[in-house]
Amino acid sequence: MSDLLEDHAVAEAVFCPIDVFDVDVIRDDFPILRRRIHGKHLVYLDNAATTQKPQVVIDAVQEYYEQQNANIHRGVHYLSELATHLYEETRQKIRQFINAGSDKEIVFTRGTTESINLIASSYGKAKMGPGDEIIISTMEHHSNIVPWQLLCEQVGAKLRVIPIDNDGDLVLEEYYKLLSEKTKLVSIVHISNTLGTINPIKEVISAAHKHDVPVVVDAAQSMAHLRVDVRELDCDFLAFSGHKMLGPTGIGVLYGKEALLNAMPPYQGGGDMILSVSFEKTTFNELPHKFEAGTPNIAATIGLGKAIDYLLRVGHEKIAVHEDNLLEYANEALAAIPEVRVIGQARQKTSVISFVVDGVHPHDIGTILDQNGVAVRTGHHCTQPLMQRFNVPATTRASFALYNTREEINHFIEAIYGVIRLFK
Amino acid sequence: MSEELRELYQQVILDHNRHPNNYKQLPCPTHTAEGYNPLCGDRIVLAMALCGDIIKEIGFQGSGCAISKASASIMTSAVNGKTVGEANILFQKFQTMITSDLGTRLDRVALGKLAIFAGVREFPSRVKCASLAWHTLLSALNEPVSTQ
Repeated sequence: MSDLLEDHAVAEAVFCPIDVFDVDVIRDDFPILRRRIHGKHLVYLDNAATTQKPQVVIDAVQEYYEQQNANIHRGVHYLSELATHLYEETRQKIRQFINAGSDKEIVFTRGTTESINLIASSYGKAKMGPGDEIIISTMEHHSNIVPWQLLCEQVGAKLRVIPIDNDGDLVLEEYYKLLSEKTKLVSIVHISNTLGTINPIKEVISAAHKHDVPVVVDAAQSMAHLRVDVRELDCDFLAFSGHKMLGPTGIGVLYGKEALLNAMPPYQGGGDMILSVSFEKTTFNELPHKFEAGTPNIAATIGLGKAIDYLLRVGHEKIAVHEDNLLEYANEALAAIPEVRVIGQARQKTSVISFVVDGVHPHDIGTILDQNGVAVRTGHHCTQPLMQRFNVPATTRASFALYNTREEINHFIEAIYGVIRLFK
Repeated sequence: MSEELRELYQQVILDHNRHPNNYKQLPCPTHTAEGYNPLCGDRIVLAMALCGDIIKEIGFQGSGCAISKASASIMTSAVNGKTVGEANILFQKFQTMITSDLGTRLDRVALGKLAIFAGVREFPSRVKCASLAWHTLLSALNEPVSTQ
């Protein structure tokens, strides 16, 4: 192990925060941004769906398979120890990244969706019964609606929904009214994937805690844009995905307070989550392994660790300034187009713009933009109840990341003008 | 704008999107069905009045992209007055056209106005938009309105 750790020390030594945010330098780190689509430069504005990956992440995944591949927590051989070390080191990194109290509180999952399903299956079934209530909001992604609906059907609980106003902000007064002795859980999105709304999550949590109700935070959209401190928020659970924060697909995290996780029954059974098995009785492993049955996505986990290093090196403060700039620039350009209506004008937003164009369906916009090399998302964004709230079947969504530029937004806006000219 | 895009969004298609034919409710339909494409939210309600084997009257309503709306408009005109068997044959030819390789020869005579959707072949993600109305037609033919 010693030579491995020496290599690692070298890698840590070159890790230092950048002084100046230079988007051209950032862009050089993302190989996909150099490619062309339909003969045009790629303008990737679908970052709320998934972000692109920097070279360091791609290299880490490749290096794992070329030089480090072995199963974890099993072998006494060198490669198994190495893989275990890299895997567990990422867990520590994530614990520091979100400021959790212990590595035991960091459970690896396939992504936000699986994290939420884990809570619903394990915590939900153990703690909820007929007449109990779960509170979510109108702006939830389907992955923070459907697991609770399934749970409600199984245990006879009820789903209550916090309304939002026309700007896309939560109506907190209504939320406070929904909280009662029947409430057993609140599960709320931190940042809306469709509207970009940053919810006042701290208020939501402290209000729930006054009723002794634990809170799940869906942070799928948060990690690439702002720092999340689970102890400052005092959230009970937090779920996020690697692929929306420059990391690989197929890896995500569930943070849970140790006492809550300890009291929960296992989610899936299998290898790695047990201490001993006989046909009479199985003793479950300790946290967090109790919730990690089977061989996990080791390569993606290591890649996620590199993505976090990368984000920290650039710095969330610098990223936020850059993205806020892009948001303002794009908002102004879209506001100048009479046919365009932006959906969601929340007080606090990340760099997500959902909009509709008079007389043009989003799917047509998406195809025409794509032919111009511009990748946007069109449709209901897995938030159908939210679409109904705003009375639109679908929207077009542009979402920006740290590597996007004003030139790209100009290109996007020009393409929108082209759409309007075509449909006039 | 690219050649493919111009082919997809021909003036005829844009005109049908703006002013679709047969965009109406039928007073006494014998067959109806609702078609839905969850990917993009396109939704269409199709109603027909069959007299024996012949589609005597047909209308649709709903919301969707230009391709799905124009397709519903032109499809309803194309099958109006045809037998169920003839409509089925047209559907087969249409489906072949929008999913076949570029080199495939098309039966342009039989397809008539429907041939303007040939450009959809270049856009695999839009094939479902063009065929939504047709699939709704097929399911409507299997769903006679209850007369009780």
